[in-house]
Amino acid sequence: MTAERNVTSAETIGDQAAEWVLKQEAKTWTAQDQVELSVWLSQSDRHPAAYWRLKAGWSRAQRLAALAPMRPECAAKTKSTRRFLHLAAVASIAALAIGAIAYNSLSQTRQFATAMGQRASLMLSDGTQIELNTNSAIVAKITPWHRIVELEHGEAFFNVHHDAARPFAVLADGHRITDLGTQFSVRESADGLKVTLVEGRARLETVDPALQHHVTDLVPGDVAAVTANAMSVRKIPANALSDRLAWRSGKLVFDHATLAEAAAEFNRYNATKIVIAPEIANLQINGTFGAGSVGPFTRTVQFAFSLSAELRDHQIVIFRKKS
Amino acid sequence: MTKPQDIHRHGGQPEDAARMVPAPEVEFWFVQEVLPLEAALMRYLRSSYRNPEEVADLRQDIYAQLISAAHKQIPSPTKPFVFAVAHNVLIDRVRRDRVVAMDTISDMEKLGLAADVAAPDRVVIARDELRRLREAIERLPARARETVLMARIQGLSQREIATRLNLDETTVSRHLKKGMQLLTDILYGTSPGGDEVP
Repeated sequence: MTAERNVTSAETIGDQAAEWVLKQEAKTWTAQDQVELSVWLSQSDRHPAAYWRLKAGWSRAQRLAALAPMRPECAAKTKSTRRFLHLAAVASIAALAIGAIAYNSLSQTRQFATAMGQRASLMLSDGTQIELNTNSAIVAKITPWHRIVELEHGEAFFNVHHDAARPFAVLADGHRITDLGTQFSVRESADGLKVTLVEGRARLETVDPALQHHVTDLVPGDVAAVTANAMSVRKIPANALSDRLAWRSGKLVFDHATLAEAAAEFNRYNATKIVIAPEIANLQINGTFGAGSVGPFTRTVQFAFSLSAELRDHQIVIFRKKS
Repeated sequence: MTKPQDIHRHGGQPEDAARMVPAPEVEFWFVQEVLPLEAALMRYLRSSYRNPEEVADLRQDIYAQLISAAHKQIPSPTKPFVFAVAHNVLIDRVRRDRVVAMDTISDMEKLGLAADVAAPDRVVIARDELRRLREAIERLPARARETVLMARIQGLSQREIATRLNLDETTVSRHLKKGMQLLTDILYGTSPGGDEVP
């Protein structure tokens, strides 16, 4: 991947990279720009080399802003600049001590996990809100340069605090979801990965080289399902979208779900597992239940389909009594 | 609409299959571990290669190769790896320009020695950071300094700066880009308090 030797090219790339850095911090930055930047970055390793370097340099210069309250207007007058800087130096040590603390506390790795049946909502230092569903774990790395959350297992809903200069990425099951200003939910299970986009835009990309490579951009209402060798995206209507996210208020909503699917859903939340006998596994139900309401669910199903239920080995087995 | 992934495929330089480490992690490593070595790297490149116009190009080439390698696995420890890559890039470069050949690398022995040049402290002590910034700012050409200060201290947009300085936006953008690059060269590419301006 040795780039062609070309003196002007290094300069041109530097110039383009500087252009991106400036453009990105402007108010006019759009999701489309973000996409174009990603494309540019992927064209040659010289591009991220120049871009990351300038972005880092420029964000170091950002710390000059710590001086702002001293003489806000000074920079408009070149002549006073030098004097201003000397004045600034006098007071800089105190300001920097504070700056340094803030800076360190910005770079942090934190882990969060919920036990079975638990839910948790938390806010990261960047303002992003995360809701963790039952039996889920994430590791969040928040630095002044980027934000990465790894979903180790389970399900989480993200309401990303938009920051054009610091992309937000979720890594899950060999895939990366890059936020373009978004609310979305990610679920990892034995059946694969599911990403549901509520608001904004996001990019879903395979990053594990062992998997077949897929990239797709998601818009609201999209549900992407990813398995080891396939990715599919389908659009679901708004009410189905809210059903899917009902776990955020501790609810499970079923719409033509089979008993097997419903039981699997309850079993994510409860130590007492529901087992559905194979002969009735495909019966369909609708309804809203509390995620912990194994009893009411069992009774409803029994009543609706004339089924029997028994407790065996800490499991509730639902079956059809042969008459 | 052309899908971005199509462009990606056609542009196709980095092979996706080899990209185990996601970009944000590579960026993190690059900014935290590699950039702090830049002053030492630049000293090494300048002392080993006699064509100063090409040093920025060499640096970019080296960084690109480091990034490519880091996508497979983050190198550790970083410093010897950076200098090993720099060494290889230099040798390649010299081989390619046979014209300048032996004169370019002033002393092959030096390469081995120079690779051990003490790096400046990797962690810049916060107290020194503003002093460095101040020095760096003072070394910028007047217009670049002015626009950078307006953008960074006052947080003005390019348009606002253009209005205040009575310049067109393109000119402001040019000064800012220049300022950003020079600042970065000074902040990363030189040691505190010394070194020539690149």
